[in-house]
This record gives sequence, C-alpha cells and structure tokens, in this order.
Amino acid sequence: MKNTAKKIRYKRSVGDRAISVITYFIYTVFALLCVYPFYYIFINTISANNLSEKGKILFWPQQVHFTNYINLSHISGLLTAAKVSVGRTVIGTALTVICAGFLGYMFTRETMWKRKLWYRLVIATMYFNAGIIPWFLTMKNLHLTNNFWGYILPLAVSPFYVILTKTFVESVPKEMEQAAEIDGAGTLMIFARIMVPIIKPILATVAIFAAVGQWNAFQDTLLLVTESKLYTLQFTLYQYINQASSLSSLVNNATSSTSLGSSLASAQTATSVRMTVTIVVVIPIMLVYPFFQRYFVKGIMIGAVKG
Amino acid sequence: MKKTFTNKKKMRGYREFLYILPFVILVLIFAYYPLYGWIYAFFDYRAPFKLSADNFVGFKWFISLVSTAVKRKQIWVIIRNTFAISGLTLAFSWLPMIFAVFLNEIKFRPFKKIIQTATTLPNFISWVLVYSIAYCLFNSTGMVNTVLQSLGITDDAILFLQSSKHVWFTQWMWLTWKNLGWSAIMYIAAISSVDEEMFEAARVDGATRLQCIRHITIPSILPTYFVLLMLSIANFLNNGMEQFYVFQNAFNKEHIQVLDLYVYNLAMGSGGYSVSTAIGMLKSVISVVLLCAANGISKLVRGESFL
Repeated sequence: MKNTAKKIRYKRSVGDRAISVITYFIYTVFALLCVYPFYYIFINTISANNLSEKGKILFWPQQVHFTNYINLSHISGLLTAAKVSVGRTVIGTALTVICAGFLGYMFTRETMWKRKLWYRLVIATMYFNAGIIPWFLTMKNLHLTNNFWGYILPLAVSPFYVILTKTFVESVPKEMEQAAEIDGAGTLMIFARIMVPIIKPILATVAIFAAVGQWNAFQDTLLLVTESKLYTLQFTLYQYINQASSLSSLVNNATSSTSLGSSLASAQTATSVRMTVTIVVVIPIMLVYPFFQRYFVKGIMIGAVKG
Repeated sequence: MKKTFTNKKKMRGYREFLYILPFVILVLIFAYYPLYGWIYAFFDYRAPFKLSADNFVGFKWFISLVSTAVKRKQIWVIIRNTFAISGLTLAFSWLPMIFAVFLNEIKFRPFKKIIQTATTLPNFISWVLVYSIAYCLFNSTGMVNTVLQSLGITDDAILFLQSSKHVWFTQWMWLTWKNLGWSAIMYIAAISSVDEEMFEAARVDGATRLQCIRHITIPSILPTYFVLLMLSIANFLNNGMEQFYVFQNAFNKEHIQVLDLYVYNLAMGSGGYSVSTAIGMLKSVISVVLLCAANGISKLVRGESFL
C-alpha cells in the first residue's frame, strides 16, 4: 500500500520537474535578496573602514575589527535614544498585554452591563481613524507632545489584540470559570488566578507583536517630539542617515586623543557610523524573531478568522 | 429571594463595567476624541491660538483645494501618485498567493522552512531600517554601484535614491520586498488546511502538478484572496506615510507624495493644519465609503460580509 502511494508520487513528467527546478531557483534568489542586505551591512561594520567606504567589502569581512561598535559610545545622544527605545518597548508592551488580556477576558463576561456596546465601541476603532493632524492636535491639547507617555497611552488598547485574546478565551471551557465562581471567586480573582495561566500563549503572541511595534515606531516621534532627550533609536538612525558626514567627524574628534595610533582602517566614516547604528537597531528584532516565528502563524490565523 | 439574586447579578454586571471603564475611557480619548479635531477643517487655525468664532471659515478650505489652476494641478499630482502606487499594489495582489502556492509545491521541508524564515524577516524591520538598507546598498559607493562599475556597465555611480525616474515602481518593489513573505503566510495556512486526500485522489486519477494547483490549491485559497483584495480596495487611499516620508527627497518629491504624506507635509512643513485636516477628512470619508462598497461587493459575490 505504502509502496504504491510512493510510486504515484514519484511519477513525474518533464514539465513537473521543470517546475521544481524553476521554483527552487526563484525562491533561493528571493530568500537571498531578503537576507543578503543584512549580511552585507554586518560584514561592512566589522571590516576595515577605508575599504568599506569604497564599497570593496561584498562577500567576506576583511581585516576584522570591532572599533565601530566600541566607538558608538562616543556619540552623544545614542545612549539616551537607546534608553527611550528600550523604555517604551518594555512599558508599552507590558501595558498593551495587560489591556489585551484583561479586556479580552472581560468581553467574554456575559453578565457585564451593556457588554456588546462596549465591545463594539472598542472594535469599531479598527475601521476608522481621525487622521494624523487631528490626532496630533488632540495629543497637543492633552499635553502628550514631548512627553514619554505620548508613546505609550495611545497604543495601550489595540482592538486587534483584544479580538485575538477574546477568541482565545472563548475556546477555554466555561466549566473552569463556573467552578471557581461556585467557590466564591470574584471576577478579578478568576482572571488573575485561572485565566492568566491558561491564556499565556496568546499573551506571549500579543507581547511579541506589541514589542516589535513599539521598537519599530517612528511616526509618533516624528509628530510628537521635538526635544532630543525623547528621541528613539529609529528616529536617531533616520537623522544619522541624513547627516552622517558631520556625525563621523564628531566621533573622530571625540576619540582623537586615543586614535593617534589608530590607522585609517578604524577611523570612523559616515558609512561606518550609519551601518553600525543600523545593525544595532536590527539586533533586537533578530533576537526575538525565532520566538516570533513560533507564534505569528497562530496569531495571524485567529485574527484572520475573526477580523 | 429571587429578587436579591437578580439584584446581585445586576450589581456584578455594573461592577464588571467599572473594571473596564478606564480602558473604555482610553479608547474614547485616543480614538474617538480626535474625531472632534475635524472641526479644525472649518476654521482658520493658526498654531498657538485657540479656536474662536471669528476665524470660522465654513467650507473655505475644501473649496480652496480646487479653486485655482495651480492648486488643482497640485491635487491632481497627489491623487495620481496615490492611485499609481495603490494601483500597482492592487494589480500585483496575487503575488503572495502564487508565492504560497509554489512554496507548497516544494516537498523538501528544511528548504521550505529556510525560505519562509528568510522571506518574512524584512516584514519585522521598520521603514527607517529599510531606508537605511536602501541607502547602504544603493548610494554612490554602495554595493550595487560597486558591482555595476566593476562589471563595466556604468562608469559613474548611479544615484538610485535621488532619481525621479520609476519612483512608483521602486516604491512598490520595496513594499513587496518587505511584505511578500509575510502576506504569503495567510495563504500558506489556508493551503495547509486542504485535505491531503484530495491531492492523493487527483494524483491517482493522473492529474499533473499544474492540474492539481489549478483545480485544488487555487480554488481552496481564493476566498482568502477575495477577502484580502476587498480590504486592500477599502485601503486604496491609505498608503501610510512612513515609507514615503523616509524615501522622499527634493528629487523624487513630485512622484512620491501620496495623500498621507501630503497631509503631513502640508501641516508640519508649512503650518497648514486646517487645510490638511480638510484633506484628511475627505480621505477618511471616502475610505469608509470604499469599505462599505467592498463589503457590499463581498455580500453580493460570496453571500457574506467581512466586517
């Protein structure tokens, strides 16, 4: 039986084989196109800067050194930006997860007063928005411009994540809740003690989605922030791309006392600064990416069914 | 006895509402309250001052959009760019589907896994990083120019990013580079839910690979494609501004300014809060109409709505 099935599977025509070859080829090329840029930038940051500035590093690093990364600490503002980025990612993600988990659970409570109305009120926000200028003026009126909370509060309740958790909570057997209720547990107690441990997987999914969103956010800095102490890494990187030549002189001046002996190979150039910062901003994404992969298919499917 | 029970239940309902009230307030503030900002479109608003009855101007800004030949031309350029870029995206909206279909044809699992991992990666980096990568690869000493020069295809470096040629196409390419692998995930999930026995049966009946794709795989994922197509029609005017903002410069501005970016540039660049609110408002209204229309089409064609 198994044998015949195998035979059928391997009965391929010439056309079938041609398709195979072509698909393998196209996918390989596209995958390389997606990955090579990251690799290219990385090998340039650890190669001799005078070579990389001329575009000589294409496939392998040459004269490997790590001074580019060490010298980043001499750029004023970069550390502050990193702190802001990490801060908003940690606090923002925590808040978003709490909101999504709690609301996702509460919207399954049929006893709640006018439950459907509130649920629709939250979900409707997926389908419209006021536009960036009215939003900006609102934020200004609320004194959330040049304010760290301007990064956090508007993103706290996200309808998509609420749907995601609600769908997950609905798949949990009702008996668990009912048993706890008979034992006299209140709503909050049931949520904290029973629901949270069960819905952990979906909360992890939301956390990763939210963290990547917070880390990558750029537009809100652009709109809301004019004080450099609240600039994020993304925003700082954008500025560096546009003004890297003045930047490299800044770095070289800062390090000049120690760089008397340093060669051309490790002197900072516009290219090296730009590329090194790029890699620094990419690294956190690369670190969470494996976890992301495990969860996103699940997450996107639940969202697709409901959304 | 019964009365106290229902009372208790009611009390519980109110209490549960009180628990979610803070979150509902957050939603009201950050999603609904900005809608109030639309009134700026009817006033002559200058940045630091408050609105007053004196500077109420009625529909002046809406009319001013088409009042003079210069402005009509300007609006025409913006609409042309929006339509061109959205149109390209719409015209190639089948790409992720085909990507998923042929990926499914690859039977060598590790290869499949690697391809999926590599091609979804760009989706998780921000547009600033995409721009940074574009800059590193395509600037005058970047990898592309180095290769072209060493192959003798060109003598002088080509300034790809400062070019006003093929802007729509290159922007579409970047969008595709970033999104293709990710958009395919939905289809890959849909394909994996197709009963394997259907393929077996077809093969027993002597169907070739292409016939299997045409008669089994594609019909099984067309509903997903249809829903996503409708959603992209609904979002026809919403290209977002981040991508175009980071890629814009003095050379490509004529071709890259889509509606969202124009609204931003108008308000933040030249303080035209009122007129850009007016444009944003028009855009929002048209988007809601498009969404309802797409939903209507969906009801007509498939007998179900996607909202």
